[in-house]
Amino acid sequence: MIRFEHVSVTYPGAIDPTLRDVSVVVPEGEMCLVVGPTGAGKSTLLRASCGLVPHFTGGHLEGRVLVDGRDTRTHQPRDLADVVGVVAQDPSSGFVTDTVEEELAYGMEQLGLPPAVMRKRVEEVMDLLRLASLRGRPLADLSGGEQQRVAIGAVMTSHPRVLVLDEPTSALDPAAAEDVLAALTRLVHDLGMTVLLSEHRLERVVQYTDRIISLSPGGTATQGAPESVLRASVVAPPIVELGRLAGWEPLPLSVRDARRQAAPLRALLQPGPRGGLTGSVSAREAGAPVLVARDVHVRHGQVHAVRGVDLRLRAGEVTAVMGRNGAGKSSLLWALQGAGPRSRGSVLVHAPGARPTARGQEPAQLSPANTRRLIALVPQNPTDLLYLDTVAHELEASDRQSGARTGTTADLLTHLAPGITPDAHPRDLSEGQRLALVLAIQLSADPRVLLLDEPTRGLDYATKQRLAAALAEHAGAGGATLLSSHDVEFVAECADRVVVLADGEVVADGAAREILVASPTFAPQVAKILHPLGLLTLTEVRHTLGAPA
Amino acid sequence: MHPLAWWVWALGLGVAATRTTNPAVLGLLVASVVLVVMARRADTPWARAFPAYLVLGACIVVVRVVFYVVVGIKTPGTVLIDLPRVALPGWAVGVELLGPVTLTGLLVAVYGGLRLAALVICFGAANALANPRRALRSLPASLHQIGTAVVIAVSVTPQLVSSVADVRRAQRLRGQDARGVGALVACAVPVLQDALDRSLDLAASMDSRGYARAVPGSSGRQVGGLLLLALLAAALGTYGLLDGTSPPWMGVPVLLVGGVAAVLGSVLAGRQVTRTRYRPDPWGGPENLVAACGVSAALLLVVATATDPAALDPSLSPLSWPSLPPVALVSVLLAAAPAVIGLRRSPR
Repeated sequence: MIRFEHVSVTYPGAIDPTLRDVSVVVPEGEMCLVVGPTGAGKSTLLRASCGLVPHFTGGHLEGRVLVDGRDTRTHQPRDLADVVGVVAQDPSSGFVTDTVEEELAYGMEQLGLPPAVMRKRVEEVMDLLRLASLRGRPLADLSGGEQQRVAIGAVMTSHPRVLVLDEPTSALDPAAAEDVLAALTRLVHDLGMTVLLSEHRLERVVQYTDRIISLSPGGTATQGAPESVLRASVVAPPIVELGRLAGWEPLPLSVRDARRQAAPLRALLQPGPRGGLTGSVSAREAGAPVLVARDVHVRHGQVHAVRGVDLRLRAGEVTAVMGRNGAGKSSLLWALQGAGPRSRGSVLVHAPGARPTARGQEPAQLSPANTRRLIALVPQNPTDLLYLDTVAHELEASDRQSGARTGTTADLLTHLAPGITPDAHPRDLSEGQRLALVLAIQLSADPRVLLLDEPTRGLDYATKQRLAAALAEHAGAGGATLLSSHDVEFVAECADRVVVLADGEVVADGAAREILVASPTFAPQVAKILHPLGLLTLTEVRHTLGAPA
Repeated sequence: MHPLAWWVWALGLGVAATRTTNPAVLGLLVASVVLVVMARRADTPWARAFPAYLVLGACIVVVRVVFYVVVGIKTPGTVLIDLPRVALPGWAVGVELLGPVTLTGLLVAVYGGLRLAALVICFGAANALANPRRALRSLPASLHQIGTAVVIAVSVTPQLVSSVADVRRAQRLRGQDARGVGALVACAVPVLQDALDRSLDLAASMDSRGYARAVPGSSGRQVGGLLLLALLAAALGTYGLLDGTSPPWMGVPVLLVGGVAAVLGSVLAGRQVTRTRYRPDPWGGPENLVAACGVSAALLLVVATATDPAALDPSLSPLSWPSLPPVALVSVLLAAAPAVIGLRRSPR
């Protein structure tokens, strides 16, 4: 269906090609996943398959791309609209109209389909993707998962034969991601559509895919069946890593397959006389409370986003807030930091060195410059904090603003993400590097409490590991950390405590192991496979195997 | 409600507002516009922007008065404040700064400002009541592509406002107190970059969904030629019309030729775009009523000023209190009528 023949793509101004001599084939009716580390050219490959590269982005494309027999050299993206449907990474940025129904019809209007056909197809797609209840709703009011489904529906109405999706579940909570993936598998299995998608969180999609295209950092591609590609791949989900560790054959991709093979491993990992794993994930001891929040309420107009949350963050502890999209996680983080609105309740942060009995300080009542010495927040879109033209200038400004010794931020950055050129424009950095830069800026004021809103969005496994290490270090130095995340595997890796929010209220608060293992949606893959052992991560499995009791 | 019905209504009120300088009539007109907007608007971003137009209207009046005080021609009359005249250097002959502020001059400025403000508020009302995107969908096919571009430009403004708020909030996290030129730059750079990124995303999405897809085999050459002809004819014709010494054929006839060429070009261009409309807005009784209210409000005042030019302009020499002629009252009542009439029984 899609055929890349010796394709190389070089963007204007770049010396090295982003894609290098890529020859891959996506046969009809397959779900094909593109994997690779950040910056390996996943988005470029996807955009080349619908003609946006090079017609829209510019750059030089060698070789040729055939989509259903049409050459993208001679066909503009709009001429491929009836064959390929494209869903961008952030669906809301691609919406042209205001309401769900109009958005579904937009593509057909452009193709000039008769009104009767449009009417019929809109209803069909609504049934297919379960959108009927959203019909007249404004697009801006939808949750992330709903927006993603509408975006898929909006391209589906043109009856394309190929669907191209760039990270369709990266912004979604586990349940919404399941919804979207279920819809996609239904399209592939029932309608014989061809789906080409990229995704960082392989654990979510790998079990549904028929074929994987793996991109290396140099831009070359290999393709094959998921088992064979993942066996050698640098990026692999926990389930595959566990399979490789245990030497399972064939390599399992779904929890079901893995559990069937896992009985011997479970027996091996059976807790010895020293008892099972019950303690904290990390070996850290939580200290005195650093932040105490009581009865926090946040209202945005009519919406009561946070309803009476009590929270204590202790020194040396990493806490994760989880919950659905729109459960009030971001509102809570902003309210705790003091920069966001808070309609009721109190937040007290204990300054370092103060007596534990002393009353803490209200971050909202301090000047912004003083607040960040106590409590710092890395927002969901870290780029909002950056405004200078080079990384070096940002680092200087940061030292000045936080009153730190010259070079403090630069040192922090080198520690978090080595190898960033100081002359680079912050916008040109990869997602992970940008996060590291903002994290370094926020840490330069040496805050006691660190808040992170969805830090793992768009990060590959290696970057996530570095982030987890940085958080552990902050906790080790006596700081308290609170992060909100949908990324179950990441939370299992780094959090000591998990707080689950639903509808603005705390529904669960406890040690990470208890909360994660017990929950069907929030349990990491390793825990599901090795249930009831209570092991959460691969590191723990290795540790237990390496040092048996 | 069909968006064009609101536009017709608002245009009618706009025309009515230009017919008078009577502050009582203008005030009542603005009040009826506000009333209708409050009664009929939905909870949408473009409706929430209406107060901004009211503020803009107030600003217009203030600016007008300030200009009068600083550089305005000082008409004779009752002197309110005797400001000293400031002499300007030789190259600015005829302009003088400050000078005595008279009641007559001040009133002229206020009345003129009010009229302009009323016009702007009428425009704002149409924008608040009619979804701009839906309004542009009613354009003929040949203007469809320009229309889409305009819609996107229009919807960028509210996005920018929310984006500014987000960025300022985020930068407080860095310990910045938002003041001064530095803070402005710090805010503007991410906001503009965001806006640019977003519009590129949108353009990519529209392109890949078939926007501006041409019919195979069509060419833009004929259309381009016709539109060029229309433009030339319009320029020549206008010149002929305004310049008394040019031959008579250069006036109206050339303009007519230009008009025909423009219509032809537009029809041809429309044929090249194959696009259809999904569930177009119906135009029915309520639409007729609302549009009729606006048109008749305008007609009443146009006729009134045509028959008796002084009726709707309060006298300034000698000064008198503005009166409220019955015809103006009827017109204002018609303008406010859509607040209660023209409601659809069963919203779809």
